[in-house]
Amino acid sequence: MVAPALLWTLAFFVVPFAAMVMMSLAHMEGRDIVQGHDLGNYLKIFTDPSLRRGIFVSLEITVVVTLISVLLAWPLAWIIATRVPPRWRRMALLLAVLPFWTSYVVRSYSWALVLGERGVVMNALVGLGLLAEPVQIMATRAATVIGFVHFFVMLLTLTIYSNLIQLSPNYARAAEDLGASRWQVIRLVILPLTLPGVMTGAFLTFVLCIGDYITPQILGGNNELSLPQLIMLQLGRRGDFPMASALSVVLMVIVTLAYAGCARWLKMERL
Amino acid sequence: MRYLSWAYLLALFAFILLPVVTLVIFSFQDGRLPVPPFKGATLDWYREILTDRALMEALANSLIVALLSALVALTLGFLAASGLARVALPGSVVMRGLLIAPMTVSYLIIALGLLQMFNKVGIRPSLLATGIGHVVINLPLCFAILYAAIGEHQKSALKAARDLGAKEWQVLWFVAAPMLTPALAAAFFLAFTFSWDEFIIAFLLTRFDVTLPVEIWSMLRSGLSPATNAVGSLVFLVSVIVVVALELTLFRKGSK
Repeated sequence: MVAPALLWTLAFFVVPFAAMVMMSLAHMEGRDIVQGHDLGNYLKIFTDPSLRRGIFVSLEITVVVTLISVLLAWPLAWIIATRVPPRWRRMALLLAVLPFWTSYVVRSYSWALVLGERGVVMNALVGLGLLAEPVQIMATRAATVIGFVHFFVMLLTLTIYSNLIQLSPNYARAAEDLGASRWQVIRLVILPLTLPGVMTGAFLTFVLCIGDYITPQILGGNNELSLPQLIMLQLGRRGDFPMASALSVVLMVIVTLAYAGCARWLKMERL
Repeated sequence: MRYLSWAYLLALFAFILLPVVTLVIFSFQDGRLPVPPFKGATLDWYREILTDRALMEALANSLIVALLSALVALTLGFLAASGLARVALPGSVVMRGLLIAPMTVSYLIIALGLLQMFNKVGIRPSLLATGIGHVVINLPLCFAILYAAIGEHQKSALKAARDLGAKEWQVLWFVAAPMLTPALAAAFFLAFTFSWDEFIIAFLLTRFDVTLPVEIWSMLRSGLSPATNAVGSLVFLVSVIVVVALELTLFRKGSK
Protein backbone atom coordinates (compact mmCIF):
# COMPACT_ATOMS: atom_id res chain seq x y z
CA MET A 1 0.00 0.00 0.00
CA VAL A 2 2.96 2.25 0.55
CA ALA A 3 4.27 1.43 -2.92
CA PRO A 4 2.26 3.97 -5.01
CA ALA A 5 3.34 6.90 -2.85
CA LEU A 6 6.94 5.70 -2.78
CA LEU A 7 7.02 5.20 -6.55
CA TRP A 8 5.55 8.66 -7.07
CA THR A 9 8.17 10.23 -4.81
CA LEU A 10 10.94 8.28 -6.53
CA ALA A 11 9.82 9.08 -10.06
CA PHE A 12 8.89 12.73 -9.60
CA PHE A 13 11.15 13.84 -6.78
CA VAL A 14 14.26 11.68 -6.37
CA VAL A 15 14.93 11.10 -10.08
CA PRO A 16 14.47 14.77 -11.11
CA PHE A 17 16.60 15.82 -8.19
CA ALA A 18 19.39 13.44 -9.19
CA ALA A 19 19.06 14.66 -12.79
CA MET A 20 19.44 18.22 -11.54
CA VAL A 21 22.61 17.42 -9.60
CA MET A 22 24.01 15.74 -12.74
CA MET A 23 23.01 18.78 -14.78
CA SER A 24 24.89 21.06 -12.39
CA LEU A 25 28.09 19.33 -13.46
CA ALA A 26 27.47 20.07 -17.14
CA HIS A 27 28.25 23.34 -18.91
CA MET A 28 27.13 25.43 -21.85
CA GLU A 29 28.92 25.62 -25.16
CA GLY A 30 27.13 28.23 -27.18
CA ARG A 31 23.49 27.25 -26.84
CA ASP A 32 24.17 23.56 -26.24
CA ILE A 33 24.43 21.75 -22.96
CA VAL A 34 27.53 19.59 -22.75
CA GLN A 35 27.39 16.92 -20.08
CA GLY A 36 30.57 16.82 -18.04
CA HIS A 37 31.79 15.95 -14.59
CA ASP A 38 33.50 19.09 -13.47
CA LEU A 39 32.80 21.60 -10.75
CA GLY A 40 33.21 24.56 -13.08
CA ASN A 41 29.76 25.99 -12.30
CA TYR A 42 30.36 25.86 -8.56
CA LEU A 43 33.74 27.47 -8.97
CA LYS A 44 32.11 30.22 -10.99
CA ILE A 45 29.41 30.78 -8.35
CA PHE A 46 32.05 31.51 -5.75
CA THR A 47 34.29 33.61 -7.97
CA ASP A 48 31.84 35.54 -10.17
CA PRO A 49 30.96 38.71 -8.17
CA SER A 50 27.33 38.95 -9.35
CA LEU A 51 26.55 35.31 -8.56
CA ARG A 52 28.35 35.35 -5.22
CA ARG A 53 26.57 38.59 -4.37
CA GLY A 54 23.22 36.84 -4.94
CA ILE A 55 23.98 34.31 -2.22
CA PHE A 56 24.82 37.06 0.26
CA VAL A 57 21.81 39.16 -0.72
CA SER A 58 19.53 36.17 -0.11
CA LEU A 59 21.18 35.27 3.18
CA GLU A 60 21.07 38.85 4.46
CA ILE A 61 17.42 39.34 3.51
CA THR A 62 16.44 35.98 4.99
CA VAL A 63 18.23 36.52 8.30
CA VAL A 64 16.84 40.04 8.71
CA VAL A 65 13.31 38.91 7.80
CA THR A 66 13.44 35.97 10.20
CA LEU A 67 14.66 38.12 13.10
CA ILE A 68 12.15 40.96 12.58
CA SER A 69 9.28 38.49 12.08
CA VAL A 70 10.05 36.62 15.31
CA LEU A 71 10.38 39.88 17.26
CA LEU A 72 7.03 41.15 15.94
CA ALA A 73 5.13 37.86 16.08
CA TRP A 74 6.02 36.76 19.60
CA PRO A 75 4.32 39.65 21.43
CA LEU A 76 1.34 39.38 19.07
CA ALA A 77 0.89 35.66 19.76
CA TRP A 78 1.38 36.26 23.48
CA ILE A 79 -1.18 39.07 23.64
CA ILE A 80 -3.75 36.99 21.74
CA ALA A 81 -3.10 33.92 23.90
CA THR A 82 -3.09 35.66 27.29
CA ARG A 83 -4.57 39.17 27.10
CA VAL A 84 -7.50 38.75 24.74
CA PRO A 85 -10.60 37.36 26.50
CA PRO A 86 -11.00 33.62 25.72
CA ARG A 87 -14.19 33.99 23.71
CA TRP A 88 -12.55 36.48 21.33
CA ARG A 89 -9.33 34.53 21.04
CA ARG A 90 -10.10 32.40 17.98
CA MET A 91 -11.60 35.46 16.33
CA ALA A 92 -8.48 37.56 17.01
CA LEU A 93 -6.23 34.80 15.71
CA LEU A 94 -8.34 34.36 12.59
CA LEU A 95 -8.16 38.10 11.92
CA ALA A 96 -4.42 38.22 12.58
CA VAL A 97 -3.69 35.61 9.92
CA LEU A 98 -6.51 36.36 7.48
CA PRO A 99 -4.29 37.58 4.61
CA PHE A 100 -2.21 34.41 5.07
CA TRP A 101 -4.90 32.58 3.11
CA THR A 102 -4.99 34.91 0.15
CA SER A 103 -3.04 34.35 -3.02
CA TYR A 104 0.69 34.80 -2.53
CA VAL A 105 1.13 36.69 -5.81
CA VAL A 106 -1.78 39.00 -4.98
CA ARG A 107 -0.34 39.72 -1.54
CA SER A 108 2.96 40.91 -3.05
CA TYR A 109 1.03 42.99 -5.58
CA SER A 110 -0.94 44.60 -2.73
CA TRP A 111 2.29 45.73 -1.14
CA ALA A 112 3.47 47.18 -4.43
CA LEU A 113 0.20 49.12 -4.41
CA VAL A 114 0.69 50.35 -0.84
CA LEU A 115 4.40 51.16 -1.03
CA GLY A 116 4.48 52.81 -4.45
CA GLU A 117 5.44 56.44 -4.92
CA ARG A 118 1.77 57.38 -5.18
CA GLY A 119 0.61 54.65 -2.79
CA VAL A 120 -1.32 54.95 0.47
CA VAL A 121 1.73 55.08 2.74
CA MET A 122 3.57 57.86 0.89
CA ASN A 123 0.32 59.77 0.51
CA ALA A 124 -0.28 59.61 4.24
CA LEU A 125 3.30 60.51 5.19
CA VAL A 126 3.45 63.48 2.83
CA GLY A 127 -0.10 64.51 3.72
CA LEU A 128 0.73 64.54 7.43
CA GLY A 129 3.81 66.61 6.71
CA LEU A 130 6.18 63.91 7.96
CA LEU A 131 7.90 63.80 4.62
CA ALA A 132 8.54 66.66 2.23
CA GLU A 133 8.23 64.40 -0.79
CA PRO A 134 7.76 60.67 -1.48
CA VAL A 135 10.73 58.41 -0.79
CA GLN A 136 11.29 55.48 -3.08
CA ILE A 137 10.69 52.19 -1.30
CA MET A 138 9.55 50.09 -4.23
CA ALA A 139 12.31 48.27 -6.10
CA THR A 140 14.55 48.40 -3.03
CA ARG A 141 15.47 45.80 -0.47
CA ALA A 142 13.21 47.52 2.07
CA ALA A 143 10.14 46.65 0.00
CA THR A 144 11.19 43.00 -0.23
CA VAL A 145 11.75 42.85 3.53
CA ILE A 146 8.38 44.50 4.32
CA GLY A 147 6.54 42.09 2.01
CA PHE A 148 8.29 39.08 3.54
CA VAL A 149 7.84 40.24 7.15
CA HIS A 150 4.11 40.67 6.53
CA PHE A 151 3.75 37.05 5.45
CA PHE A 152 6.04 35.51 8.02
CA VAL A 153 4.66 37.45 11.00
CA MET A 154 1.40 35.63 10.29
CA LEU A 155 3.10 32.24 9.96
CA LEU A 156 5.12 32.71 13.16
CA THR A 157 2.09 33.99 15.06
CA LEU A 158 0.40 30.68 14.23
CA THR A 159 3.28 28.46 15.36
CA ILE A 160 4.04 30.50 18.51
CA TYR A 161 0.36 30.82 19.45
CA SER A 162 -0.22 27.07 19.19
CA ASN A 163 2.83 26.59 21.40
CA LEU A 164 1.63 29.17 23.95
CA ILE A 165 -1.88 27.81 24.44
CA GLN A 166 -0.47 24.36 25.15
CA LEU A 167 1.46 25.70 28.15
CA SER A 168 -0.13 25.13 31.51
CA PRO A 169 -0.88 28.41 33.33
CA ASN A 170 0.61 26.75 36.42
CA TYR A 171 4.14 27.55 35.26
CA ALA A 172 3.46 31.26 35.36
CA ARG A 173 1.55 30.99 38.65
CA ALA A 174 4.34 29.02 40.30
CA ALA A 175 6.91 31.58 39.20
CA GLU A 176 4.72 34.43 40.47
CA ASP A 177 4.21 32.71 43.83
CA LEU A 178 7.95 32.41 44.13
CA GLY A 179 8.23 36.18 43.75
CA ALA A 180 9.02 36.68 40.09
CA SER A 181 7.90 39.95 38.54
CA ARG A 182 5.63 39.81 35.52
CA TRP A 183 8.53 40.66 33.24
CA GLN A 184 10.68 37.94 34.83
CA VAL A 185 7.91 35.40 34.30
CA ILE A 186 7.80 36.19 30.60
CA ARG A 187 11.55 36.32 30.12
CA LEU A 188 12.65 33.40 32.29
CA VAL A 189 9.67 31.03 32.15
CA ILE A 190 7.33 31.58 29.19
CA LEU A 191 9.91 32.59 26.59
CA PRO A 192 12.12 29.49 26.98
CA LEU A 193 9.05 27.24 26.94
CA THR A 194 8.02 28.63 23.56
CA LEU A 195 11.37 27.88 21.95
CA PRO A 196 9.99 24.88 19.99
CA GLY A 197 7.26 27.02 18.43
CA VAL A 198 9.67 29.86 17.73
CA MET A 199 12.28 27.59 16.17
CA THR A 200 9.77 25.68 14.04
CA GLY A 201 8.36 28.95 12.73
CA ALA A 202 11.81 30.45 12.25
CA PHE A 203 12.98 27.42 10.30
CA LEU A 204 9.91 27.50 8.05
CA THR A 205 10.46 31.23 7.57
CA PHE A 206 14.07 30.68 6.62
CA VAL A 207 13.29 27.91 4.11
CA LEU A 208 10.33 29.63 2.46
CA CYS A 209 11.99 33.04 2.42
CA ILE A 210 15.30 32.04 0.88
CA GLY A 211 13.61 29.97 -1.83
CA ASP A 212 10.99 32.54 -2.83
CA TYR A 213 11.08 34.20 -6.23
CA ILE A 214 7.79 36.13 -6.18
CA THR A 215 8.35 38.68 -3.40
CA PRO A 216 11.86 39.85 -4.41
CA GLN A 217 10.80 39.95 -8.06
CA ILE A 218 7.61 42.01 -7.53
CA LEU A 219 8.78 44.25 -4.68
CA GLY A 220 12.56 44.26 -4.88
CA GLY A 221 12.80 44.58 -8.63
CA ASN A 222 15.95 43.94 -10.58
CA ASN A 223 18.37 46.28 -8.84
CA GLU A 224 19.75 43.59 -6.61
CA LEU A 225 19.07 39.96 -7.41
CA SER A 226 18.38 37.23 -4.87
CA LEU A 227 19.36 33.59 -5.40
CA PRO A 228 15.96 32.49 -6.80
CA GLN A 229 15.92 35.50 -9.13
CA LEU A 230 19.38 34.52 -10.39
CA ILE A 231 18.16 30.95 -10.97
CA MET A 232 15.20 32.21 -13.00
CA LEU A 233 17.48 34.59 -14.90
CA GLN A 234 19.73 31.68 -15.99
CA LEU A 235 16.68 29.82 -17.27
CA GLY A 236 14.97 32.69 -18.98
CA ARG A 237 17.62 34.61 -20.81
CA ARG A 238 20.11 31.94 -21.70
CA GLY A 239 18.50 28.59 -21.11
CA ASP A 240 21.54 27.87 -18.95
CA PHE A 241 20.17 24.83 -17.14
CA PRO A 242 23.59 23.74 -15.79
CA MET A 243 24.16 27.03 -13.94
CA ALA A 244 20.55 27.19 -12.73
CA SER A 245 20.97 23.65 -11.38
CA ALA A 246 24.24 24.46 -9.65
CA LEU A 247 22.66 27.53 -7.98
CA SER A 248 19.73 25.33 -6.89
CA VAL A 249 22.11 22.83 -5.33
CA VAL A 250 23.75 25.69 -3.42
CA LEU A 251 20.31 26.82 -2.25
CA MET A 252 19.55 23.28 -1.17
CA VAL A 253 22.81 23.04 0.80
CA ILE A 254 22.05 26.30 2.62
CA VAL A 255 18.60 25.00 3.61
CA THR A 256 20.09 21.70 4.79
CA LEU A 257 22.64 23.54 6.93
CA ALA A 258 19.84 25.64 8.42
CA TYR A 259 17.95 22.46 9.22
CA ALA A 260 20.99 20.90 10.86
CA GLY A 261 21.43 24.10 12.85
CA CYS A 262 17.99 24.07 14.44
CA ALA A 263 17.11 20.36 14.21
CA ARG A 264 17.23 19.81 17.94
CA TRP A 265 14.45 22.33 18.56
CA LEU A 266 12.23 21.23 15.71
CA LYS A 267 9.25 19.32 17.00
CA MET A 268 6.96 19.64 14.00
CA GLU A 269 4.53 17.01 15.23
CA ARG A 270 3.74 18.98 18.38
CA LEU A 271 2.16 21.79 16.44
CA MET B 1 1.11 47.10 30.26
CA ARG B 2 -2.53 46.70 29.46
CA TYR B 3 -2.81 49.74 27.19
CA LEU B 4 0.52 48.86 25.67
CA SER B 5 -0.85 45.41 24.79
CA TRP B 6 -3.90 46.81 23.06
CA ALA B 7 -1.88 49.44 21.23
CA TYR B 8 0.50 46.75 20.01
CA LEU B 9 -2.38 44.53 18.94
CA LEU B 10 -3.97 47.37 16.97
CA ALA B 11 -0.69 48.40 15.35
CA LEU B 12 0.05 44.86 14.18
CA PHE B 13 -3.51 44.32 12.96
CA ALA B 14 -3.20 47.55 10.96
CA PHE B 15 0.07 46.34 9.44
CA ILE B 16 -1.35 42.91 8.62
CA LEU B 17 -4.62 44.12 7.16
CA LEU B 18 -3.36 47.29 5.41
CA PRO B 19 -2.45 45.73 2.04
CA VAL B 20 -5.61 43.64 1.85
CA VAL B 21 -7.90 46.55 2.75
CA THR B 22 -6.13 48.78 0.22
CA LEU B 23 -6.45 46.07 -2.40
CA VAL B 24 -10.19 45.73 -1.90
CA ILE B 25 -10.97 49.47 -1.65
CA PHE B 26 -9.16 50.35 -4.86
CA SER B 27 -10.73 47.48 -6.76
CA PHE B 28 -13.77 49.80 -6.85
CA GLN B 29 -11.71 52.76 -8.11
CA ASP B 30 -13.51 54.78 -10.73
CA GLY B 31 -10.32 55.64 -12.59
CA ARG B 32 -7.37 53.99 -14.27
CA LEU B 33 -4.97 53.81 -11.35
CA PRO B 34 -5.57 51.96 -8.05
CA VAL B 35 -3.86 54.66 -5.93
CA PRO B 36 -5.18 57.61 -3.92
CA PRO B 37 -7.19 59.70 -4.28
CA PHE B 38 -10.25 57.46 -4.34
CA LYS B 39 -12.37 58.84 -7.15
CA GLY B 40 -15.65 57.08 -6.42
CA ALA B 41 -16.99 53.56 -6.58
CA THR B 42 -17.68 51.50 -9.66
CA LEU B 43 -18.13 47.81 -10.44
CA ASP B 44 -16.72 48.20 -13.95
CA TRP B 45 -13.47 46.42 -13.14
CA TYR B 46 -15.33 43.41 -11.80
CA ARG B 47 -17.42 43.35 -14.97
CA GLU B 48 -14.24 43.51 -17.00
CA ILE B 49 -12.49 40.62 -15.32
CA LEU B 50 -15.58 38.40 -15.18
CA THR B 51 -15.92 38.70 -18.95
CA ASP B 52 -12.17 38.25 -19.55
CA ARG B 53 -11.91 34.86 -21.26
CA ALA B 54 -8.23 34.20 -20.58
CA LEU B 55 -8.79 34.90 -16.90
CA MET B 56 -11.87 32.70 -16.60
CA GLU B 57 -10.10 29.86 -18.40
CA ALA B 58 -7.16 30.18 -16.01
CA LEU B 59 -9.63 30.07 -13.13
CA ALA B 60 -11.18 26.86 -14.44
CA ASN B 61 -7.73 25.36 -15.04
CA SER B 62 -6.70 26.19 -11.49
CA LEU B 63 -9.82 24.58 -10.07
CA ILE B 64 -9.29 21.38 -12.09
CA VAL B 65 -5.58 21.11 -11.27
CA ALA B 66 -6.18 21.83 -7.57
CA LEU B 67 -9.06 19.37 -7.31
CA LEU B 68 -7.38 16.49 -9.13
CA SER B 69 -3.90 16.93 -7.67
CA ALA B 70 -5.35 17.20 -4.15
CA LEU B 71 -7.36 14.00 -4.70
CA VAL B 72 -4.34 12.08 -6.00
CA ALA B 73 -2.12 13.36 -3.18
CA LEU B 74 -4.81 12.49 -0.63
CA THR B 75 -5.28 8.95 -2.01
CA LEU B 76 -1.57 8.18 -2.18
CA GLY B 77 -1.01 9.71 1.26
CA PHE B 78 -3.93 7.79 2.76
CA LEU B 79 -2.72 4.46 1.37
CA ALA B 80 0.85 5.09 2.50
CA ALA B 81 -0.18 6.23 5.99
CA SER B 82 -2.47 3.21 6.51
CA GLY B 83 0.22 0.88 5.18
CA LEU B 84 2.99 2.25 7.36
CA ALA B 85 0.74 2.32 10.44
CA ARG B 86 -0.09 -1.34 10.01
CA VAL B 87 3.21 -3.00 10.85
CA ALA B 88 6.57 -1.69 11.91
CA LEU B 89 8.87 -2.88 9.14
CA PRO B 90 12.62 -2.42 9.45
CA GLY B 91 12.66 0.00 6.51
CA SER B 92 9.69 2.05 7.63
CA VAL B 93 11.75 4.88 9.10
CA VAL B 94 13.54 5.29 5.78
CA MET B 95 10.26 5.16 3.87
CA ARG B 96 8.71 7.80 6.14
CA GLY B 97 11.75 9.99 5.67
CA LEU B 98 11.59 9.63 1.90
CA LEU B 99 7.89 10.48 1.77
CA ILE B 100 8.36 13.60 3.93
CA ALA B 101 11.55 14.74 2.16
CA PRO B 102 9.96 16.98 -0.54
CA MET B 103 8.55 19.17 2.23
CA THR B 104 12.00 20.58 3.01
CA VAL B 105 12.87 21.43 -0.59
CA SER B 106 12.03 24.78 -2.18
CA TYR B 107 9.26 24.65 -4.77
CA LEU B 108 11.61 26.30 -7.24
CA ILE B 109 14.02 23.38 -7.00
CA ILE B 110 11.24 20.81 -7.40
CA ALA B 111 9.98 22.71 -10.43
CA LEU B 112 13.42 22.94 -12.00
CA GLY B 113 14.09 19.23 -11.52
CA LEU B 114 10.73 18.27 -13.03
CA LEU B 115 11.20 20.68 -15.94
CA GLN B 116 14.51 19.06 -16.84
CA MET B 117 13.19 15.54 -16.52
CA PHE B 118 10.04 16.31 -18.53
CA ASN B 119 12.20 17.93 -21.23
CA LYS B 120 14.30 14.80 -21.43
CA VAL B 121 11.43 12.31 -21.68
CA GLY B 122 9.40 14.56 -23.95
CA ILE B 123 6.52 15.59 -21.70
CA ARG B 124 5.49 19.10 -22.78
CA PRO B 125 4.82 21.86 -20.28
CA SER B 126 1.09 21.50 -19.54
CA LEU B 127 -1.54 21.38 -16.85
CA LEU B 128 -0.79 17.67 -16.45
CA ALA B 129 2.88 18.41 -15.76
CA THR B 130 1.84 21.08 -13.25
CA GLY B 131 -0.60 18.68 -11.59
CA ILE B 132 2.16 16.09 -11.19
CA GLY B 133 4.34 18.74 -9.54
CA HIS B 134 1.53 19.72 -7.20
CA VAL B 135 1.07 16.12 -6.11
CA VAL B 136 4.80 16.02 -5.31
CA ILE B 137 4.52 19.01 -2.95
CA ASN B 138 1.21 17.93 -1.38
CA LEU B 139 1.83 14.22 -0.90
CA PRO B 140 4.19 14.76 2.10
CA LEU B 141 1.62 17.05 3.68
CA CYS B 142 -1.30 14.61 3.26
CA PHE B 143 0.84 11.70 4.42
CA ALA B 144 2.09 13.54 7.52
CA ILE B 145 -1.39 14.70 8.57
CA LEU B 146 -2.96 11.25 8.09
CA TYR B 147 -0.07 9.36 9.64
CA ALA B 148 -0.24 11.59 12.72
CA ALA B 149 -4.01 11.00 12.94
CA ILE B 150 -3.66 7.21 13.17
CA GLY B 151 -3.16 6.59 16.89
CA GLU B 152 -3.20 3.41 18.97
CA HIS B 153 -6.99 3.37 19.10
CA GLN B 154 -7.27 3.54 15.30
CA LYS B 155 -4.58 0.90 14.87
CA SER B 156 -6.42 -1.61 17.04
CA ALA B 157 -9.69 -0.95 15.21
CA LEU B 158 -7.99 -1.65 11.90
CA LYS B 159 -6.42 -4.79 13.31
CA ALA B 160 -9.77 -5.96 14.68
CA ALA B 161 -11.38 -5.50 11.25
CA ARG B 162 -8.64 -7.57 9.63
CA ASP B 163 -8.91 -10.29 12.29
CA LEU B 164 -12.63 -10.47 11.63
CA GLY B 165 -11.91 -11.25 7.98
CA ALA B 166 -12.37 -7.91 6.22
CA LYS B 167 -10.51 -7.60 2.94
CA GLU B 168 -7.89 -4.89 2.74
CA TRP B 169 -10.03 -2.50 0.65
CA GLN B 170 -12.92 -3.03 3.07
CA VAL B 171 -10.69 -2.15 6.00
CA LEU B 172 -9.64 1.04 4.27
CA TRP B 173 -13.07 2.05 2.97
CA PHE B 174 -15.37 1.05 5.84
CA VAL B 175 -13.07 1.44 8.85
CA ALA B 176 -10.05 3.65 8.21
CA ALA B 177 -11.68 6.32 6.04
CA PRO B 178 -14.69 7.01 8.32
CA MET B 179 -12.46 7.13 11.40
CA LEU B 180 -10.09 9.57 9.76
CA THR B 181 -12.68 11.86 8.18
CA PRO B 182 -11.58 15.08 9.95
CA ALA B 183 -7.93 14.46 9.09
CA LEU B 184 -8.84 13.54 5.51
CA ALA B 185 -10.86 16.73 5.16
CA ALA B 186 -8.10 18.87 6.64
CA ALA B 187 -5.45 17.28 4.40
CA PHE B 188 -7.61 17.69 1.31
CA PHE B 189 -8.39 21.31 2.11
CA LEU B 190 -4.73 22.20 2.68
CA ALA B 191 -3.57 20.36 -0.45
CA PHE B 192 -6.28 22.08 -2.49
CA THR B 193 -5.32 25.55 -1.20
CA PHE B 194 -1.60 25.00 -1.75
CA SER B 195 -2.15 23.85 -5.31
CA TRP B 196 -4.68 26.63 -5.97
CA ASP B 197 -2.19 29.26 -4.85
CA GLU B 198 1.03 27.70 -6.15
CA PHE B 199 2.95 29.87 -8.61
CA ILE B 200 6.49 28.83 -9.45
CA ILE B 201 5.82 25.20 -10.44
CA ALA B 202 2.86 26.26 -12.57
CA PHE B 203 4.90 29.09 -14.06
CA LEU B 204 7.71 26.78 -15.21
CA LEU B 205 5.58 23.78 -16.14
CA THR B 206 2.75 25.37 -18.15
CA ARG B 207 2.86 27.14 -21.47
CA PHE B 208 -0.44 27.77 -23.25
CA ASP B 209 -3.03 26.69 -20.68
CA VAL B 210 -2.05 28.47 -17.49
CA THR B 211 -3.36 28.53 -13.93
CA LEU B 212 -4.78 31.59 -12.19
CA PRO B 213 -1.62 32.69 -10.30
CA VAL B 214 0.33 32.58 -13.58
CA GLU B 215 -2.37 34.58 -15.36
CA ILE B 216 -2.37 37.15 -12.54
CA TRP B 217 1.41 37.30 -12.82
CA SER B 218 1.17 38.21 -16.48
CA MET B 219 -1.43 40.88 -15.62
CA LEU B 220 1.16 42.43 -13.27
CA ARG B 221 3.56 43.06 -16.11
CA SER B 222 1.27 45.76 -17.46
CA GLY B 223 1.62 47.68 -14.19
CA LEU B 224 -0.87 48.62 -11.49
CA SER B 225 -4.51 48.36 -12.52
CA PRO B 226 -7.82 48.25 -10.64
CA ALA B 227 -8.61 45.13 -12.70
CA THR B 228 -5.79 43.27 -10.92
CA ASN B 229 -7.20 44.58 -7.63
CA ALA B 230 -10.59 43.16 -8.56
CA VAL B 231 -9.16 39.70 -9.34
CA GLY B 232 -7.18 39.76 -6.10
CA SER B 233 -10.21 40.81 -4.09
CA LEU B 234 -12.32 37.99 -5.54
CA VAL B 235 -9.61 35.41 -4.79
CA PHE B 236 -9.36 36.85 -1.27
CA LEU B 237 -13.14 36.69 -0.79
CA VAL B 238 -13.24 33.02 -1.80
CA SER B 239 -10.39 32.12 0.60
CA VAL B 240 -12.04 34.01 3.45
CA ILE B 241 -15.33 32.22 2.89
CA VAL B 242 -13.60 28.82 2.86
CA VAL B 243 -11.50 29.56 5.95
CA VAL B 244 -14.42 30.97 7.94
CA ALA B 245 -16.64 28.05 6.92
CA LEU B 246 -13.98 25.58 8.04
CA GLU B 247 -13.44 27.50 11.26
CA LEU B 248 -17.15 27.32 12.04
CA THR B 249 -17.57 23.63 11.17
CA LEU B 250 -14.53 21.40 11.03
CA PHE B 251 -12.13 23.00 13.46
CA ARG B 252 -14.60 24.18 16.06
CA LYS B 253 -14.72 20.84 17.86
CA GLY B 254 -10.98 20.36 17.80
CA SER B 255 -10.14 23.82 19.09
CA LYS B 256 -9.45 24.56 22.70
